[in-house]
Amino acid sequence: MTPREPGPTTTTAARTGTAASTLMPALTVAVSLLGLGLVWWVTANGWHSRALPTPAAVWQTLVSEAANGDLFYHLGATLARVVAAYVVAMSIGTAIGVFLGVSRRADRFFNPWLILFLNIPALVFIVLAYIWFGLNEAAAIGAVAMNKIPNVVVTLREGARAFDPAYSDMACVYRLSRMERIRHILLPQLQPYLAAASRSGLALIWKIVLVVELLGRSNGVGFQISLYFQLFDVAGILAYTLAFVAVMLAVEFAMVQPVERYATRWRRRTA
Amino acid sequence: MPPAGVAAPLEVGVTEKIFLSATGQPVVALRDLSFSMAQGEFACLFGPSGCGKTTTLRILLGLDRDFSGSYRLPGGEDARIAAVFQEPTLLPWRTVEQNVRLVLPKARRDTDLDGLFEALGLAGMRALYPGELSLGLARRVALARAFAVEPTVLFLDEPFVSLDERTAQRLRTLLMSVWSARPTTALMVTHNLHEAMVLSDRIVVLSPRPGHVAGLFDIRLPRENRSPQVISDLMRSFHEKFPGHGTP
Repeated sequence: MTPREPGPTTTTAARTGTAASTLMPALTVAVSLLGLGLVWWVTANGWHSRALPTPAAVWQTLVSEAANGDLFYHLGATLARVVAAYVVAMSIGTAIGVFLGVSRRADRFFNPWLILFLNIPALVFIVLAYIWFGLNEAAAIGAVAMNKIPNVVVTLREGARAFDPAYSDMACVYRLSRMERIRHILLPQLQPYLAAASRSGLALIWKIVLVVELLGRSNGVGFQISLYFQLFDVAGILAYTLAFVAVMLAVEFAMVQPVERYATRWRRRTA
Repeated sequence: MPPAGVAAPLEVGVTEKIFLSATGQPVVALRDLSFSMAQGEFACLFGPSGCGKTTTLRILLGLDRDFSGSYRLPGGEDARIAAVFQEPTLLPWRTVEQNVRLVLPKARRDTDLDGLFEALGLAGMRALYPGELSLGLARRVALARAFAVEPTVLFLDEPFVSLDERTAQRLRTLLMSVWSARPTTALMVTHNLHEAMVLSDRIVVLSPRPGHVAGLFDIRLPRENRSPQVISDLMRSFHEKFPGHGTP
């Protein structure tokens, strides 16, 4: 063990330490992604085939699709479906989850249903929705939401079980209105569970939206991928995939994380 | 029981309150518990652990309706109730000021709270979150919240428990100064006899379980005259009247 160093030296050391510790993760991510690109480039150059285009070829497809506007049209269609399905799944799933979390009898009765729905494959929901409700937008979004709702219910049920009765006693004594209870007591207690359901939800939903588009819509990233599949155009498939992954990353950094930072501001300050 | 004919705006008449224990056995928590309080009186509910003090308070707060008997609060149907719980029970995701304003009726949300925060020594802490406060400060915020609604009846459930004696003493003084500015009917649960002697006009002594009123101890002295000497005299006469009660 070294003895404690005098003040100035310690602070300088600490400062360089924090600078390095904020820079290192970003650097690691960059190097890691570059490495992946390098592996792709080497493999594609070694194995000359239409089945594995080089990063440059994919980039060219991406640029030309962006230039003629197709890319943004299909990205927009998919993104709109993701948002719609997310909103429907989160609101219905939260309502059911909270209900099952606070009512033990309802939970005992509906738990088998929940397990059943959790285990129905996404494809089955999609096919049945198209058969029953036709090849339309509502059926597509409903099918995606149905896939996500059981997950939201399970997460939010845990959240509702963890409610602190002291807060509802306080709300009862001071006669808070129903809306005030939801806004100031219920939602803040559910926040970590809502964040968890949102995180896993967005990733799951956008993957299922692609399947829905492939099976029964005439636009969107899923539709384009099925088109390029028939043309055996791997560069097109990869270009659309990477473009949509980029969109979802932007959503994560520009929306999900700032919202979460705002919702947990009281926690950071106390830490 | 108080003499008949005295105006009694708070009346409690719980015939029976039964709990089911973890093993499903019925436990009688309260039996024939009745007392009343005059308007503007500060009373303490005093008794041994587990005698049903908190249970009584929960019934009066309307949080436990599963009992037989009845009670009447000052102000009747539109009584403004305020409570200070054993834990401060502040919302950790709202600031000190938001916590206090939240319980105000909608029409009074923007009322001036400067005086109240000032009186409780919270003036510089309105923008802090409860997690940034010590337990003593959080308890002051809970007091501020209770007094902000200008209640017709105030319930306090051991509001100074698990504080060091100096902080508790300071908080009792603050409580009394805020309460005296606008004396409201107040009932405080405590198992600290000294605290009850310092604060209350009347001590309602509960028996061990099943809880009922073992007797009343009235303190007619003004609070400012209760010197340590007077308090110890009061303690002595309390122990003569209730042998076996309140021995530390």
